[in-house]
This record gives sequence, C-alpha cells and structure tokens, in this order.
Amino acid sequence: RTKQSLAFKMAGADSDDSLYPIAVLIDELRNEDVQLRLNSIKKLSTIALALGVERTRTELLPFLTDTIYDEDEVLLALAEQLGNFTMLVGGPEYVHCLLPPLESLATVEETVVRDKAVESLRKISHEHSPVDLEVHFEPLVKRLASGDWFTSRTSACGLFSVCYPRVSSTVKAEIRQHFRTLCSDDTPMVRRAAASKLGEFAKVLELEYVKSDIISLFTALASDEQDSVRLLAVEAGVSIATLLPQEDLEALVMPTLRQAAEDKSWRVRYMVADKFSDLQKAVGPEITKNDLVPAFQNLLKDCEAEVRAAAANKVKEFCENLPEDSRETIIMTHILPCVKELVSDTNQHVKSALASVIMGLSTILGKDNTIEHLLPLFLAQLKDECPEVRLNIISNLDCVNEVIGIRQLSQSLLPAIVELAEDAKWRVRLAIIEYMPLLAGQLGVEFFDEKLNSLCMAWLVDHVYAIREAATCNLMKLVEKFGAEWAQNTIVPKVLGMANDPNYLHRMTTLFCINALSEVCGQEITTKHMLPVVFKMSNDQVANVRFNVAKSLQKIGPVLDSNCLQTEVKPVLEKLASDQDIDVKYFAQEAISVLSLA
Amino acid sequence: MCGGLRAGGGGNDVQWCFSQVKGAIDDDVAEADIISTVEFNHSGELLATGDKGGRVVIFQQETENKSQPQCRSEYNVYSTFQSHEPEFDYLKSLEIEEKINKIRWLPQKNAAQFLLSTNDKTIKLWKISERDKRPEGYNLKEEDGRYRDAATITTLRVPVFRPMDLMVEASPRRVFANGHTYHINSISVNSDNETYLSADDLRINLWHLEITDRSFNVVDIKPANMEELTEVITAAEFHPHQCNTFVYSSSKGTIRLCDMRASALCDKHSKLFEEPEDPSNRSFFSEIISSISDVKFSHNGRYMMTRDYLSVKIWDLNMENRPVETYQVHEYLRSKLCSLYENDCIFDKFECCWNGNDSVVMTGSYNNFFRMLDRSQRRDVTLEASRESCKPRQVLKPRRVCAGGKRKKDEISVDSLDFNKKILHTAWHPQENIIAVATTNNLYIFQEKVN
Repeated sequence: RTKQSLAFKMAGADSDDSLYPIAVLIDELRNEDVQLRLNSIKKLSTIALALGVERTRTELLPFLTDTIYDEDEVLLALAEQLGNFTMLVGGPEYVHCLLPPLESLATVEETVVRDKAVESLRKISHEHSPVDLEVHFEPLVKRLASGDWFTSRTSACGLFSVCYPRVSSTVKAEIRQHFRTLCSDDTPMVRRAAASKLGEFAKVLELEYVKSDIISLFTALASDEQDSVRLLAVEAGVSIATLLPQEDLEALVMPTLRQAAEDKSWRVRYMVADKFSDLQKAVGPEITKNDLVPAFQNLLKDCEAEVRAAAANKVKEFCENLPEDSRETIIMTHILPCVKELVSDTNQHVKSALASVIMGLSTILGKDNTIEHLLPLFLAQLKDECPEVRLNIISNLDCVNEVIGIRQLSQSLLPAIVELAEDAKWRVRLAIIEYMPLLAGQLGVEFFDEKLNSLCMAWLVDHVYAIREAATCNLMKLVEKFGAEWAQNTIVPKVLGMANDPNYLHRMTTLFCINALSEVCGQEITTKHMLPVVFKMSNDQVANVRFNVAKSLQKIGPVLDSNCLQTEVKPVLEKLASDQDIDVKYFAQEAISVLSLA
Repeated sequence: MCGGLRAGGGGNDVQWCFSQVKGAIDDDVAEADIISTVEFNHSGELLATGDKGGRVVIFQQETENKSQPQCRSEYNVYSTFQSHEPEFDYLKSLEIEEKINKIRWLPQKNAAQFLLSTNDKTIKLWKISERDKRPEGYNLKEEDGRYRDAATITTLRVPVFRPMDLMVEASPRRVFANGHTYHINSISVNSDNETYLSADDLRINLWHLEITDRSFNVVDIKPANMEELTEVITAAEFHPHQCNTFVYSSSKGTIRLCDMRASALCDKHSKLFEEPEDPSNRSFFSEIISSISDVKFSHNGRYMMTRDYLSVKIWDLNMENRPVETYQVHEYLRSKLCSLYENDCIFDKFECCWNGNDSVVMTGSYNNFFRMLDRSQRRDVTLEASRESCKPRQVLKPRRVCAGGKRKKDEISVDSLDFNKKILHTAWHPQENIIAVATTNNLYIFQEKVN
C-alpha cells in the first residue's frame, strides 16, 4: 500500500489527497482478506461521511444490501454499524433507506447476525416518524413475518413491540394478527422466537388485548407439543403476570404456570425453578403462600437433579422474598425439611448449589434458629465428600459470622480447611487459598496464627507453581489485613528463611514474596530486612535466581529511598549487568533504566 | 404380474425404470471413490453422496423438461467439496479416516442449504449457497488488477453488484470436534431445529447446532470395566416430530426408546423393543446376524424400521414385544452364514429406507440386488442395479434367486451371487417415486415409469 500511496502522492497536483484514504477503505470493502473487509466495515461511517448523504443512500446502501454473502463477523459489524447510520443518510427523514440492507441481514442463517440486525432495526424504528413507521417500517415487519424461511419470521418476532405503540389502530390490529400467526407457526424455531418475545409484546399492548389475545397465546405456547417451546413460555408468563391486576392472575395465568411447574419435561420444570424468584415477585404474597410454596417444595424434591439444583440455587432468594408475616413459619415448616434432605442429596451439583446459598438463610432465621437448625447442616456440608460443597460453605462464612459468630463453626471449620488445603487436586487447593484472606478476617489474628499460618507457609513450597503464586499473593492480602508489624513478626522471618533453601525454586519464591510484600510492609521493613537478603541472593549460583534478583530490585525500587538506591542497589545491579548470563544482564539493565540509575 | 409394486395410495403398480448412473464405468475401483452414504434433502431437490475419500457430491434435480414430459427431471452435479481430510491422532497413535459415515440435511432455513457430514470423529456443518452477483469497480485499480494512474482519481467510486454466472459455494460453518472417543455411526437432526445427536459405539451426545465447544452426553453404555463389554450402539435417530424422543439400536438386536423429558441423562430407556429369539433358529451366528445395522422412523412417526443381517422389521412404537411386520431380505443366505463369516460379509451394515408415504420400504442385498417390500400388499420384489439395464427408461426386470432344488429359467443360483457387489446405501425421494441406489462406486437413480 505504501508504494501505491507514494505513486498517488507524487501524481499530486490536481488529485485530492484526502480522497486517497477513503478510496482505500472503499476498495477494501471487497478485499480478499476478511480482516481488511472487517476493518473497512468498521469505518463505514468515514466512508459515508466522505460520500455525502445522497451518494450514501443511492450507491453505498444498495451495495451493502447485496453483500450478505460475506463472513459472519463482517455481517455482524455491518448490522451494528447500520443501527447508528441515521445521520449519515440524511437524518430521520431518510432513515427508512437503512431498511433494505437490514432486512437482508435479518434473514441470514447466523443467529448472532440476525439478532444484531433486529437490534439495529429496533433502534432506528424510534427515528421513524409515525407516518414513515406505517409506510416503510411496518410493511418490512409484515414481509419478514410472512417470509418463506423461518429465519425471516423469527426476526419479525422481535420487531412487533417497537412499532405497535406508534401506529394507528387498524395497523395495530394487523400486527396483533401477525403475532398470533407466528405463535402457531409450523416450525418450532419461529414459535420459540414468538414465545421469547411474548412478554415484551404484552408490555406494549392495551390491557384488554393482554387479557384477550396474549393470554390465549401464552396458554397455547405453554402447552406446545415441543418442550423447547413450552420452556420459553415460562418466562413470558412471569412478564404477563406483572402486567395483570392481582384479581385476574388466578384465573388467567396461574393454571398455566401450575401446569408448567409440573410439566412432564424436566427442562420446563428447570425453567420454572430458574425463574422462581421473578415469578414470586410477579404474583405477589398471597399466591406465593398458597401456590408457590408447595410448588417450590416439589421442585426441591424433583426427580431430576438438574431441576433440584436450579431450585436449590433459589432457596435463599425465595425465603428472603416471602411475606414477612409468615416468613419464618413457612421456612421452618415447609422449606427447611426439604433443605435438610438436599444436604445429603445423591447428586453433588445439587449439594454444591445448596451450599452456595444455604448460609444466607441464617440472616433470615436469626441466631437461635440458626444454631438449632442450620448449624448442623453447615457442619454436615463442611464434611461433604465433594470439595466444591465444602468450598461453597467456606466462601460464604461471612453471612453466618454476622449472625452467630464464627466460633460456633471453628471446631469443624479447621479440619475442613486443612483437608481442602491438602487436597490432591491443585485447583481445589487454589480455591481455598483464595478464601484465606476472607477467613483470616472472620476468624481473627489469634486463631489464624495458631491454626492457619502454617498452612499458608506450606503452600509457598507447593510443587505446583500456580499454588505458590497464589500463596504469595495471599500473603500480601493477609498483611493488608493484619498490618506490617504482624508481618514482621510472623511471616517475614519465614519467607526470608527460605532464601537459604537448597531448592532454587523455593529461593525464587522468597523473591516473589518480597515483590508482593515490599509495598504493604513499607520502607523500613523492606530496607532493613528484605533488601539484605535480596543482595545476598545476587550471588546465587543459579542464573534464574540472579535475574529474579534484578527483577525484584526493579519491583521494590520505588519503596526504597534514593540514597539507598544509589549507594546500595546500583552497585549490585551494575555487577549483575556484567553477569556472564545473558538473561541476568538483560534484566539488570532493564532495572537500571527503569529505576533511572544509569 | 411380478415386479408390480404398489406405492401407497396411488393404486397403480409402479414399474421402476432406469434414469441415470453416476460414477466411473471401468471396473477397477479406487478406494476413495467407494460411496459410503446417500441422502436426499427434505424437498428431494438435492441428493448428497459421501465417499471414502472424504468428498461430498451434491446433485440437483433439473427443473421439469417441458419438451420431453415422459423424461422426468434428472439429477446433475450441483456441488462437490472435500468435507473431511485424513488425520492422525497423535495422542492415541490412531489414523482417522476421511470416510464420510453419514450425511444429514437440515430443514431449509433460508435460500442456502445446510448439511451435517461426519467421519469417525468429527462432525461438520456445511453451507451450500448460490451466488449470482459479484461486485465491480475499484478506485485504485482496474478490475483486472492493474493500478490506475492515481492522478486520474478525482472522485470516489462505490462498487456495484453485477450479475454473473451462477456459482455454487460450499463453506464449512461449524466443526464439532472432540465429542467422541469411539467411532461415530449416526447423526440425526432434532425436529426442534436447533439440536442434533451423534452416536458412537458406546455413547450418544446431544449438540446445539450453533455451539461447537460443548455437547451433552445423553446415553453412555460404557461399562466400568471394558472387559465386561457385551453390547455396542449401532445406530440412533430422533423421532421425526417429537423433539424429546430418540431411539438407538444395539448389536444385540434390541432398540431402546429414550424420552429426554424424563431426565437429563437417558441411561434408563422408556421403551425397549425386543423380539424373543426363536430357539429353533439358534446357531453360532445368531448374535451376529441379529445385530441391527440401521434404524429409521417412518415419516409419520408411528413406526420404526430396523435392518438386521437377514431381515427388515417394522415396529409399532406402541408395541415393544414384537415387530408388527417382518420381511426376509435374503433368507437363502442362512445356509451360507459360515462362508459369509469367513469372508467378513456377515458384518456388512445394510441400511434401509421408507418411501414418501411409508407404504414401501427398500433395502440392499448382494450381487447389486436391492429389495422393495410393499407393506400393504405384503409383496416384495428384487431388483438389480447393473450396467446391463442402463438404457434410458428401461424397465427393471425382477430378479429371483434359486434357494435350492432345481433352478428355474431366469433364476440365479445362490452360489453364483457376487458377494463383492453389495448395496449398503439407498435413499428414497421424500415425495416422489425416485430412488438412489449406491453400488460400490456408482450411484444409480431409478424412477417410476410414466406412461
């Protein structure tokens, strides 16, 4: 391109220099290289600006309308660009010119592209005047809705709700008819698209039509022969329920929702469990008490583990949202018995889903109930065979701490932590390390020093690097919590002691810890205690240790005072800069230049 | 009378006549050219074949020829592409053949056509699309690539699309890899239009058509100890209308129907179709010949058909204890099982297919014979795909095999059957009486004779 550019520049006088970059962009719209095409599409606004609104409308948009053969990523970028193109085609007056290219993008097979085209269409629909909406936009929606292929019909489903509020009542009636037709389309793809937009469409409809049209469509979709359609009707049901007055809920929505909660297909029940909190909010306290509590109990006892896990995930939220006057009674008599069973579920996903929320119940139930009823469950889960369950309990300790204090748990906690800390799977060890700062905060410094400090130190010499790395980071967080003085008394001596370890990996860990700790420990400890050790290690026989010394010095340099840098650090780095090992030299030189010691 | 065959409600005996043959004529067959699967799309307008060389060839039915009404539209090559390449699994030191095991068309979703093709390990989603326009006009160069004198460029030029000769492109859209440890024997698209299943010897996975990095295992029959392995999965298919139902067949001659509504893992079947073994026919080969090589739902979803070595069985989904119909495909081979075992033919996997209205089924045999079994008439006929009857619109003569005793005129003795010529793969046009029959490396297309 440079050569070409030069030729262009030299030709010079009468050609317009500013055209050149645009000419390149336009040509690259059809380059062989997809990356260049993508690049050009992303700068489509630059091209349009150079062409002016008229040529954009008459030349660029027709070209773009035909480019639907391109790669998905190019089409996706194009669909996105066109959503922001109104000003570039001459403002709202001409916004309908953007419809043809977006219409063709709304029929491609790739869902992401179609969805983006629909998103852009929704966006520009607001820029249409009411007249243009009826003259240009609504006919497009109709064309898509009656298209031969289901791709275009699925796209139509997302467009009804944006034009409905702004058209005449005749057109409104047509739109409702089109939506109705799509809800009973032959292909499940379209019925699914309609089901997933049903709630959104209901929101823009007049209440009388919600009651007459939407309810019957909802009922039909919720009893579709394909469970892939039925499960999407659940979410629509939640949205519809929020729209209806309380007195209509029982007759219009509840029979269908009850049926969904007991559907033959576990995927539908799963969906009910997954949306349970939203459902609860939508139907209000009375229906919750009478209907949802038994339904929730059933979901917690479902025969399919996936459903139980989804319901278990919602236990805390469900209990939180129960009406206050009867909350405790409902939990104690109806929910807790199911929860107790789930603690010893056969499926570990169910148990771990429960473990991730169960601690949250303690704030709802208060101190006495927690000690009497929940504590035994926590303790049982702390001893669960599956590490994920134990981890989930430990990660949520803070909820319990607020209510009953952690001492109640500490007896059982310690063995659980020790076991996780020594788990054969390094990912489990990694997970528990990440909770150490939290635990330390909850348990306090004394308990920590007594029971957990040694674990934290042991991780520093773990045989997996990721664990050693996490352990270093953990030390830093602990110092942030317990302060520099604590660090100096407990961990710094141990860390520095490792500098004499025969294993060079452990010696390097000392350096990594120093990197992490210097800042939180402050200048005094760094200069007095850490720096001498680092200097000593600059004579290490292993080159990896020596170049890490250089890196460490670079890292801790900002913590040191300038006198120390000049008189102590600089000579050491200079010596390393003349090391026989090329990497040591490299990092020493880098440190010298970063610390401006040259 | 013989050779007459009713195709469903038509009422007239169908006479099959030769229409076309595809593939090389010479006798020495290149391994790569051996056809390994044949499949019509949902409209019947396209016909795809896969071969051992990893290629997919798609034929398109020409639009009706007005001047010759008696000659119905022929199938011509529409697109050819290399779907799979030979690979090597370095971890297991295993070669992965490029052979296409199965092709399945997706229901049409826009102007383009989509199909899934699979070899032993990897499933690919292909898009076959037409292009009849191409952009023209550059700013900085001529259409032939010569750079333009930059001084002459004073205005910007936007390219325009111009008509061009029709071009058919096949592009890989998704690659579903690493889902199978064993060899994939079946793929089947779900009627929900968004998922499909793939089955190997021991497991069945469920994929979303748009997600390649994960699949759900729905059936796993791998025993904890592989020495206890007694049964493998031989074929699997989704129900044509119920998106939650699929079946899989096993090497023990059973078919299990699973309901995905019941649970996420379908280890427990909801129905088991199995016919008690006839003790009088019991032999060393019983288990081998009872292994099911193909299972296909009828279009209406009420029945399914299974093919084992010697027979075709039709099962009513509502009756598990025995098939409603059983057809012998080549019973005369029962006395030859020993030699068929020795030459490995007994392990051949014959497929089977339904006609458009489920009234007739078709399956292959040896000696390039294939069988048409009429369900309502309980009649059957043996036809032959051969170069000898390759004249246009020549009616196929029924063939007979002499099972023993004195050989009549026109009969072929069992001993003179050529076991190297076998028809494993056949397909029936979803609406019309047009069939595609794959011999080793030729694809024959026959159709109903129109008077």
